[in-house]
Amino acid sequence: MGIAHEMAKKQREISVAEFFEKNRHILGFDSLTKSLVVSVKEAVDNALDACEEARILPEIYVEIQQVGKDEYRMIVEDNGPGIVRKNIPLVFGKLLYGSRFHAMRQSRGQQGIGISAVVLYGQLSSGKPARIISKIKEDEVAYEVLLTINTKKNEPKIIKEEPIIWDREQGTRVEVVMRARYTRGKQSVYEYLQQTAIVNPHAQITFVEPDGKKTVFKRVTQELPPPVREIKPHPHGIELGEFINMARSTKTYRLTSFLTTEFSRVSPKIAEKICKLAYLYGDMRPQELSLSEAKRILDAFSKVKLMAPPTDCLSPIGETLIKKGLKNVLGSLRPGFYAQPITREPKVYGGNPFIVEAGMVYGGELPKDQPVRILRFANRVPLLYQQGADVITKAISNIDWRRYGLEQRGGEGIPVGPAVILVHVASTRVPFTSEAKEAIAEVPEIREEIELALKALGRQLKMYRVKKERKKKLSEKFFIVSKILPEIARKSAEIVEKPVPRLEPVISKIMNVIWIDEEITGRDGYVDIRVRIANFTEKPQKFTLYADYPLGNIVETDGSIEDDYIKWEIVIDPVSYQYHSFTLSEASGYTETNYYIDGINPSKVIGAEPLPGDWRIKIDFVESIDEESEDVEENEEYTEDEVIDDEQ
Amino acid sequence: MSSDEALKKLYEIAEDIYEQLARGEIPKMQLAARHKGNIVFDNSLGVWKYGNSKITRSAKKLDGGYMILRTLYIMEFIKEMIKNNKSSTLREMYYISEGWGLAKFHSQDESNKLAEDLEVITGYMREDFKLRPEEDGASIIGNITIEEINRKGKPMRINCRDDVGDSGYLIPYNVEKDKLRFIDVDADFVIGIETGGMFDRLVENGFDEKARAILVHIKGQPARSTRRLLKRMNEELGLPVVIFTDGDPWSFRIFASIAYGAIKTAHISEYLATPTAEFVGITASDILNYDLPTDKLNDRDIAALEAELKDPRFNTPFWHEEIRLMLDIKKKAEQQALAKYGLDYVTETYLPEKLTELGVMR
Repeated sequence: MGIAHEMAKKQREISVAEFFEKNRHILGFDSLTKSLVVSVKEAVDNALDACEEARILPEIYVEIQQVGKDEYRMIVEDNGPGIVRKNIPLVFGKLLYGSRFHAMRQSRGQQGIGISAVVLYGQLSSGKPARIISKIKEDEVAYEVLLTINTKKNEPKIIKEEPIIWDREQGTRVEVVMRARYTRGKQSVYEYLQQTAIVNPHAQITFVEPDGKKTVFKRVTQELPPPVREIKPHPHGIELGEFINMARSTKTYRLTSFLTTEFSRVSPKIAEKICKLAYLYGDMRPQELSLSEAKRILDAFSKVKLMAPPTDCLSPIGETLIKKGLKNVLGSLRPGFYAQPITREPKVYGGNPFIVEAGMVYGGELPKDQPVRILRFANRVPLLYQQGADVITKAISNIDWRRYGLEQRGGEGIPVGPAVILVHVASTRVPFTSEAKEAIAEVPEIREEIELALKALGRQLKMYRVKKERKKKLSEKFFIVSKILPEIARKSAEIVEKPVPRLEPVISKIMNVIWIDEEITGRDGYVDIRVRIANFTEKPQKFTLYADYPLGNIVETDGSIEDDYIKWEIVIDPVSYQYHSFTLSEASGYTETNYYIDGINPSKVIGAEPLPGDWRIKIDFVESIDEESEDVEENEEYTEDEVIDDEQ
Repeated sequence: MSSDEALKKLYEIAEDIYEQLARGEIPKMQLAARHKGNIVFDNSLGVWKYGNSKITRSAKKLDGGYMILRTLYIMEFIKEMIKNNKSSTLREMYYISEGWGLAKFHSQDESNKLAEDLEVITGYMREDFKLRPEEDGASIIGNITIEEINRKGKPMRINCRDDVGDSGYLIPYNVEKDKLRFIDVDADFVIGIETGGMFDRLVENGFDEKARAILVHIKGQPARSTRRLLKRMNEELGLPVVIFTDGDPWSFRIFASIAYGAIKTAHISEYLATPTAEFVGITASDILNYDLPTDKLNDRDIAALEAELKDPRFNTPFWHEEIRLMLDIKKKAEQQALAKYGLDYVTETYLPEKLTELGVMR
C-alpha cells in the first residue's frame, strides 16, 4: 500500500502522466514485453476478484491482437457482476480508485497498481482511448464507454458513452491498445495465464494469441474458493503512514474507541494500557494525533502483549485442488509423480496471518538437465519476475535436494531435474521486496514455513524414487529368474548330460520377495483380471490381499467380496505361483487395480501397498531388504527419525 | 592340440555352472579385472600382466546372467567348429548368435568382449577357440623370406622384397609356427611405422635396402598378429625392433602396447609384447630439437597425457620426462612433419641420427 499513498501524495504536486513516466519501472511497464504481461495481469486479477466477490464461477476470455509494429490490442472479458454505469469511468479512468485500500483481506488486487494504470499506459503509448463494455444483470442493455484519463487532474475524460446491445447476461470487457511486444515462453502472457489456471482451478480461461491460436484452460472444479473475510489490522502489523491515514479518516471520537474498533485483538483494557504507555489521553480525538504522538502509539503497540490475529480469514487453495490444477495444466507432460500437496497451518508474521502451500510434480517429459521450474504465487497470483530475490527461491536453494534425489551442485542453489515446484503464499498482507510486487520478501517466519512444506515434498519424492528404483531392479531380476536362469540350467544340463537342476533355492536367493502383478483382458465393458502371486522367498507365506478396483461392478471372483473391494486369504508355498481372478462389468478403460496387503512385512512384497491404516509400516519399507547393498546408489540412510524430525 | 584343451577348459566352466546351480548357489564366473589399476610387471616374462584383482560376474545381475548363458552357447558352437574343422570370424559369431534366443548378442562389441573374457578366464587364445578377427592387412617390406601354409595346405615361399608389390607382404591373422615360418633374412633391424604415408616414404626412398631394415606398417594401434610377428622376428631372428610414430599421446600408447603389453590383452602379453623394442620418435624433445611444425594439444590429448603419467607402463624416467615436456610445450607433431626439411630428410638425416644413437645402425 505504500505506493498508493506515495502516489496520492504526489498527485497534488505533479500530473499523473509525469508521475507515470518517472515511475514506469516501479509500476512494471519497463519493457515492451513486460508491459503487455502486466496489463493482462491487472485485467485478469480484477476479473477474477470481481467474479469471486459475486460468487460467480469465473469465465475469462483473453485475446491479444496485433494492430501495428509493436502495437497490440489487449482484450479481457469476464462473466462477473459488471460495473454500474456511473462507476465505469471511475474504475477505469482514475488512478487508485477502488475499495481495497485499508481492507485487510487476502485479495489479488492487493498487488499491482490497478487497471486504470493500464488505461493510462495505453493512452500514453498509443494515443488511443480505452474501450469498456459492461453489463449488470438488472439492466437490459450494456454500456460502452470510450475514455482517457485527464492527466492533469487525474480524472476520467469520457469520449463516448452509449448503451449497446450485448449478448451477455452480465460481465465486463476491457480493450486497451498499447505499445507492446508479444512473446511466448518464459515471462509471457501465456505463462502468466497458464500459472493462473493452475492455482485457480475453478476458473475457465480462454486465450487467443495474435496468430489466432486458441488455448482453453478448462475449469476442473465447480467449487468456488470460500469467500475471504475482511479483518481489521493487527497492531503488530501496521505501518506509520497507514496508521496516520486510519486515524485521520476514522469516525470514532476517542482514541481508545479508535483502537478497540479499528484494530483486531485490542480490548478496552489493552487500549488504555497503550494510551498510558504512549503518554496520551484515551479520550483525545484520534484525528488530531501528531506525527510524534502516532509514533509513540506504534511504539506502545510493540510493548503490549496481544493475541495473534485471527487466521480463518485466509483461503488456501487446498491440497486436492492444487493437485487437480497441476494435473490439468501440466498433464500433457505426463509426469510420473504428483506429490501430495502440502497446505501448512496458518501462521503469523508481524501481526499478519499467512499460510503456505506447496506442490510438486516429477518425471515424464520434463527436462532432466535443466534447473527445476519454480512456480511462485502470492494470493493466487503468479509471480513471473525477480525469481532470484524471492523468499520462495531462497528457501528452495537453501535445501539440500540431493538427499531427495535431485541434482544440486554443492547441495545448494536451484536443483536440477525433471521437476516443477509450486509454492503459494496467501496472506492479508504479502510482504513484497519492492513496490513492483514481483517477489516476496525474506521474512523468517514465512521462509521457515516454506522450507517445512518443501521438505515434506522432498520426502515424498525420495519415497517415490526409492520405490521406483526397487521395482525396476526387481523386474530385472524377475526376468533373470523367469527367463535367463531356466535357460542356463537347461543348457548347462545339456552340455554335461545330466538332469536339469531344481532352481527354487537359487530363485529365492536372487529375489527374496513376494511378487504381485496382474493381467487385464476384456471386451464390451467386461474386464477379467488375473492376479498372479509369486512367492520368491524361501519360506511359505501367509497374508491377506485386498484388491481395490477404481471402477466397474464386481461380477464374479474367487475371493470374498467386501464393501467395495475384494479380499483373499493367501497361503503360498516357497518359490511357487498362485493365481486369483475377478471379473468386472461396466469397466471399459480399466487400467490398474490397487492392491493392498495385511499381515505381512510390506517390505517383502512388490506390487502391493500396506493397508492405508498401516501407514507407519511403510517407513521400514525403505530400509533396503536387498542384500546387495553395493548397488544402492544413494548411501544416505533414510530413517524414521528423518521422516519426523522436521515436522513440528 | 591346443583347441581340444581349450574346449576341455570351456567344458569345465559349464560343469562348474551346472554344479553351482545343483548346489542351490547363484551361478557366477570370476575373471581378472581388465583395467589400468590391475596390471603388474612380470619380472620373469619382462611384460605387463593382469594383477590379482578379480571381478565376479553373477547371474544375480542381468549382465552376468547373459554372460553365463552366452558362454554356454559359445562352448557348444566351438565344439561344433572343432568337430567340422572350421573357424569363424568374430563377426560371423555375432551373426550366428541370432539363433541363440535369449543369448543373442546385441552388438558386435558384446561378442568381441566375451571372446576376450573367455581368453582371460581359460588362459587360451581365441585362435584356440577357432575364432579370428577380420583381416587387418598390416604389411611388410624387406629382405626376409617367409614360408606360409596357403589355404590348400601347401607351403608357399615369399621374399618380402622381391616377391611383393608396393604394398608389401600382408600379414595373415594367424602367424603361429604351424602357419608361418621364417626361412631366411638379411637385415639388421625391424622398424614398425605408424602411418601409411611414412611407410610409403621409406619404401620410395629405398630405406629397406640402404639401411638393411625390415619395414613393417603397423597401421595405428597394431592388430594382435602384427604384434605377434614383431615379437617372433625379434626373438627368433634376433633382430632389434624399433617403433617410429607420430609425436602425440596416442602414439605413445601404440608403442606401449607393442613393447610393454596392451591393457586389454594383458592376459597374453607374453605372446604379444616385445620388451626390447625401442622408440625412435617423434618425442617431445624431437619437436624442439628438430624444430618441427606442430599442432596444439587439445583437451583430450592433455587428459591422455595425464592418464599416462599414472599408467604403470610409462613409469620410467624417459617417458615421464617426455610426457611432462609435451604437456609443457602443449604441442604435438606428425611423423610427416619432417618433410619440412625435404623428402629425403627422414631417411638421410633423422632416422640415421636416431638409430645410430640407439646403436641399431652403424
